[in-house]
Amino acid sequence: MKRFAELYEAIDSTTSTNRKVEAMVAYFREADPRDAAWALYFLTGQKLKRLVPARSLARWTLELTGLPEWLFGESYDAVGDLAETISLLAEGAELTPRPPGTPAPVQGGLFESPPAEEAGPGSNTGAVPLHVWVEQRLERLRGLSPEQQRGPVLSWWAGLDRAQLFLVVKLLTGSLRVGVSRTLVVRALAEVAAVPAAVMEHRLMGNWRATPEFLRGVLAADVHGDESAPATDLSRPYPFFLASQLEGGPETLGEPRDWQIEWKWDGIRAQLIRRGGSVFLWSRGEELISDRFPEIADAAARLPDGVALDGEVLAFRDDRALPFARLQRRIGRTNITGRALREAPVVFMAYDVLEQGGEDVRARPLSERRAILESLLAAASPRVRISPTIEVPDWPAAARLRAESRARAVEGLMLKKLDSLYGVGRRRGDWWKWKIDPYCIDAVLVYAQPGHGRRAGLLTDYTFAVWDGPALSPIAKAYSGLDQGEIEELDRWIRQHTVERFGPVRSVEPIHVFELHFEAISASPRHRSGIAVRFPRIARWRKDKPAAEADTMDSIRRLLSAAPPPDSPDPPGEDDPG
Amino acid sequence: MPPPLLATDERGLACAAGRFHIDPWRPAPIAVITHAHADHARAGSGLYYCAASCAGLLRRRLGPVNIQPLAFGERVKLGGVWVSLHPAGHVLGSAQARIEGADEVWVVSGDYKRARDDSCESFEVVACDVFISEATFALPIYRWDEPGQLIEQVLSWWRANRERNIASVLMGYSLGKAQRILAGLWRAMAPAERELTIHLHGAVDALMEPYRAAGIAMPTTAKVGEAEGKRRADADQFRGALVIAPPSAAGSPWMRRFGADAEIGFASGWMRVRGARRRGGYDRGFVISDHADWPDLLRTIRESGARRVLATHGSSGVLARYLNEQGLETGELGTAFGGEGEED
Repeated sequence: MKRFAELYEAIDSTTSTNRKVEAMVAYFREADPRDAAWALYFLTGQKLKRLVPARSLARWTLELTGLPEWLFGESYDAVGDLAETISLLAEGAELTPRPPGTPAPVQGGLFESPPAEEAGPGSNTGAVPLHVWVEQRLERLRGLSPEQQRGPVLSWWAGLDRAQLFLVVKLLTGSLRVGVSRTLVVRALAEVAAVPAAVMEHRLMGNWRATPEFLRGVLAADVHGDESAPATDLSRPYPFFLASQLEGGPETLGEPRDWQIEWKWDGIRAQLIRRGGSVFLWSRGEELISDRFPEIADAAARLPDGVALDGEVLAFRDDRALPFARLQRRIGRTNITGRALREAPVVFMAYDVLEQGGEDVRARPLSERRAILESLLAAASPRVRISPTIEVPDWPAAARLRAESRARAVEGLMLKKLDSLYGVGRRRGDWWKWKIDPYCIDAVLVYAQPGHGRRAGLLTDYTFAVWDGPALSPIAKAYSGLDQGEIEELDRWIRQHTVERFGPVRSVEPIHVFELHFEAISASPRHRSGIAVRFPRIARWRKDKPAAEADTMDSIRRLLSAAPPPDSPDPPGEDDPG
Repeated sequence: MPPPLLATDERGLACAAGRFHIDPWRPAPIAVITHAHADHARAGSGLYYCAASCAGLLRRRLGPVNIQPLAFGERVKLGGVWVSLHPAGHVLGSAQARIEGADEVWVVSGDYKRARDDSCESFEVVACDVFISEATFALPIYRWDEPGQLIEQVLSWWRANRERNIASVLMGYSLGKAQRILAGLWRAMAPAERELTIHLHGAVDALMEPYRAAGIAMPTTAKVGEAEGKRRADADQFRGALVIAPPSAAGSPWMRRFGADAEIGFASGWMRVRGARRRGGYDRGFVISDHADWPDLLRTIRESGARRVLATHGSSGVLARYLNEQGLETGELGTAFGGEGEED
């Protein structure tokens, strides 16, 4: 654990990508494979399921430190991260126990020791290896009541320095995130194993368990030893190839005849795999989502074996896409009712093929892959459809079609070079997304609260409102879009113009207007305004505009009525499906 | 009930009975200055009282003003009250102001710390009835490591960068923080390292003389720009060097001369929180503060014996509420800025 904490620290304390990679290379060259497998698990963003409720951890910290609850809250607001708050407060809390019989100092028991029966076995916990921590300590807390968990957790804390304490709390809450991109992890491992990065990227795809055997496979020097045998993991997906945003028009791309043009679907990017008689549907976040979309899994069972398709899970009815808000009702829902199936029927809209007959076809040009895809799906169920290509004589014609995007509930056009290979990650030049312009409104800042992580201690979570008659009605929350200077300026302004405080939330004088952009708008009974907007962000601070000139609910409702036509209303007599 | 000995007016914290102000934010006839930082020492007042070791710094900051230096502990009678200054341990010449009225003794802490600092006088506990305490880091998350350890961290960072032959640029306030680190380094450096010259930004360099005059032992230093002579933009010259600069230099063109691979460190109490470290984009954060941490704020308040505490700067509301719950009479004292964030 100490070695992993040092790795975390080394990654976290530098902004240089080279230094991060160096630190990982050094770690993977020397660490015990049993520990390194878990380190890899966490570095690639995988998490243990939460073991202990945050509430319990906060309560134990109060017991340990003798601090009042409100002061814990103030500390948390300044830090913006629960595990870090706890590690800052609890570190060393047992090191200066009060001699028995002495009264508590007037300032309260900041350094009070935990009750005697729980202290003790915590010493030397710093030397416990990471895999022992995970497998023999943390995982054994699962299923215990908070009362049963309290003793072991507090005794562990007692022996740890702050860096390790922080990691343990992160693991307990299931929220450990290491500040390193997957690309960098891949780069480091590729260097250790001496294989190309694309090979390493593929080795890390899919569901794997943090075992020393898996790690040995990952670090194997033989390029052809592992990934040419999908049998090692039937479900393993390929790395996704990503498109870049096309700024300006497509005129610089040459002739339209060299490009495959498709709609940019507004669903969930996914990979559909049929191997060994089973079906696997993967989201781009490498989550296995087959269970959530049983109709796709059923339909895909008719595909021939040894096939991997790239495409989009899409809410779809009567030959047209439904707004993303429909699909949203299915996301995260594993208990699929008949009603959910009726309300948000889904399809898999396939636009590429990565594997056919068990053979990796990613290195063939798109035109060939398209031909394979068409023959594969010629007789498929309508639940697994092919994304149609769009023929245009010239770019202006494409632009006219793109202008219809909103009415078709799509996000714009995709432009893919016909001779392009299916690459790994985002590489500019071959695949472009040509998105429609976002919606745009002017709204007034009405509430703010402290942000998290990098923005801890700054008021950066903003709520914006538009005029509803004489009152302001909150319409969107947004966090991103301002630069650091603006964030700091606004933070100072908010502190000096706070009207009221509700816990961490402050209401401010309604003075500042911001231009907000968002991607979609839909009716939502769950929002007070009755309207939900998708991906809201701040486009600019309209210091030139007085609050009175911000948008109104009427203008927002006009955007809503121009949005893609709502499909059939919900069946009556039931609650909103949430 | 008689009026309180000190109360804020439009110029700042005022003593009506003594007809003077303490660290006034607008010009006042008589200003008693706790230390030479810009938010405490402002220009325009008629007469400045300050600690003798503060006078040189104050002159550098404010120009030719009318200064009446006081030895620590020396009592002067202003109007109807006795005033004396006592070391606050914040920076060279930083003082707590003790005001003795007819019925009560008040102490204004200014900024203070209890941790060891080779570059200034050590904090001295002053008994009082009412204590006005700073509260810059008044949250229990702020606890400082032992100062010697912090200096070790800076030194080993510099050593590692020397090994890699790149420049180490350490950001820290030019008055106090920079000299504290220099003095700490001098104590911790190996004999051979004491031969090395440490490079200073002009703003830091300008404040070195009062520290040297006070006999503070520090390494040899040179102002960046003078040392390099006429040759500009020669990154090789700073390879392996340690440079100390104020935070305002970060991201400025001045930084380019140290090479694109230079590492930037920042020494501040705010670096205790990971979010602040990441937000700044520094390569390294050193949790070195010239303010009292939470345990030392509480200890100092307890040791002062004050029955009433007024908190000011930073998390004053938190400190006041916490002490109040511990049974002390408390209040908050506003500052000119009304903000909550403060420089360190």
